[in-house]
Amino acid sequence: MTAQVITLTSGKGGVGKTTAVANIAHALAMDGKRVVCIDGDIGLRNLDVVMGLENRIVYDIVDVIEGRCKLRQAMIRDKHFQDLYLIPAAQTRDKSAVSPSDMVRLCKDLQSETDFVLIDSPAGIERGFRNAIAAANRVLLVTNPEVSAVRDADRVVGILEAEGKGTPSLLINRLNPALVKNNDMLSAEDVLDLLGIQLIGIVPEDESVIIGSNRGSPVVSDPKSRAGAAFRNIAKRLEGEDVPFLDLEPQSGLWNAIQRIAGRK
Amino acid sequence: MEQTTVLVQIKGIKDGLLATFSEAAWDVQRLALFEQIDARPEFFQGARLALDVGSQELRVNDLVDLRDHLSDRGLSLWAVISESQKTEQVSQILGFATRISKPRPEELKQFAEVSDETALFVNKTVRSGTRIEYPGSVVVFGDVNPGAEIVANGNVIVWGRVRGMIHAGAGGDQGAFICALDLSATQLRIADHVSVTLKSQDQLSPEIARINDQGKLEAEPWKPG
Repeated sequence: MTAQVITLTSGKGGVGKTTAVANIAHALAMDGKRVVCIDGDIGLRNLDVVMGLENRIVYDIVDVIEGRCKLRQAMIRDKHFQDLYLIPAAQTRDKSAVSPSDMVRLCKDLQSETDFVLIDSPAGIERGFRNAIAAANRVLLVTNPEVSAVRDADRVVGILEAEGKGTPSLLINRLNPALVKNNDMLSAEDVLDLLGIQLIGIVPEDESVIIGSNRGSPVVSDPKSRAGAAFRNIAKRLEGEDVPFLDLEPQSGLWNAIQRIAGRK
Repeated sequence: MEQTTVLVQIKGIKDGLLATFSEAAWDVQRLALFEQIDARPEFFQGARLALDVGSQELRVNDLVDLRDHLSDRGLSLWAVISESQKTEQVSQILGFATRISKPRPEELKQFAEVSDETALFVNKTVRSGTRIEYPGSVVVFGDVNPGAEIVANGNVIVWGRVRGMIHAGAGGDQGAFICALDLSATQLRIADHVSVTLKSQDQLSPEIARINDQGKLEAEPWKPG
């Protein structure tokens, strides 16, 4: 049994990659999966903060790669889940401390004892991004329903295809159904129309996501949160289950249309 | 050592360093290049490197692998110049420049050799950041997304939506045309004409853009017959 190595990336910054990694990782752990998260944003780490593990960091990924500690020592166990770990990024180094081949080696070492390895990619398409996708056997592309984010996402799809990483799956984050209804925001259909890739989930805008991130306890464990439900569904889809898309707005036919588009491929 | 320096020549150019490969096998040259770099790591640290690979046909993996190895050594690869069209296409897909400030005479000659009837067939959506340059015509089966560029000396035909930049007749052909299932491009160019504002359509209908009798670049719905 080898692990699925999944990288979340976006091109543009601030679309919610780190939050998505933390939430999806928690959701997978809730389903009893063994999960390791790797923060690929060396020099600007924050997955540890979002997961609430900042003060437990002793060793980081660069320590592992440069041989100052064993892989096991850099894996920080989550506060709630036995089988959820974080390998934090180094804060005092930069992206050049890690090479794509280091990442491949690291993920290979992890593969035998985990089900999922989730890698949080930094923004951009430079070294840090190359490191983050090097070991991935699946890529999730996170975007917001904003023109600039979608443009960058399109560029990333092009690069991934050119590098033989295959076509990524799309995660549309922070969609506001009310704004879409008034034509003040791109709809999920608009985004899919431009990118032409398969959808893995739509996460509605939800204040509790931000609150959860600041508290270090991802929203996914809150059964009442809409965004949490969306992340739980994404985790299920990664596990191979066929979960219908959330009906974010029962009155309109929009979501039916999205499901149609998503199911097209 | 004496021999390897002959295999790969490195010299300074305006935009950084240019490494010129000879005709030896790719693996041999690759190693020769790394050997030179490893001999003087401080000199190469942080350098911008352009490659002239001659007529070698390289695959995506070759270039990706080379780029990663170079980046491990602190060099950034930004341009790959090649006489082989295949290699040139591969490097364009990967986002490398395929030309440095002065085009080589061989390249110009190659441009002249392609006839009007030769077309490049692109069987996928052209995404942001991709630039396709071709001396003949270009046919795209898919969309041309915002941020993508197609520059052709001949005509450009897109079976899909155009939202990026297209330049037809780039060599100066006033009779070149661009047609697509939906021309909602940000900018179209034919020869030396540029059109910035294209009327947006409510309905998807095929259109053709060309230079009209008044010498203006205009797009109009395509009518059969």
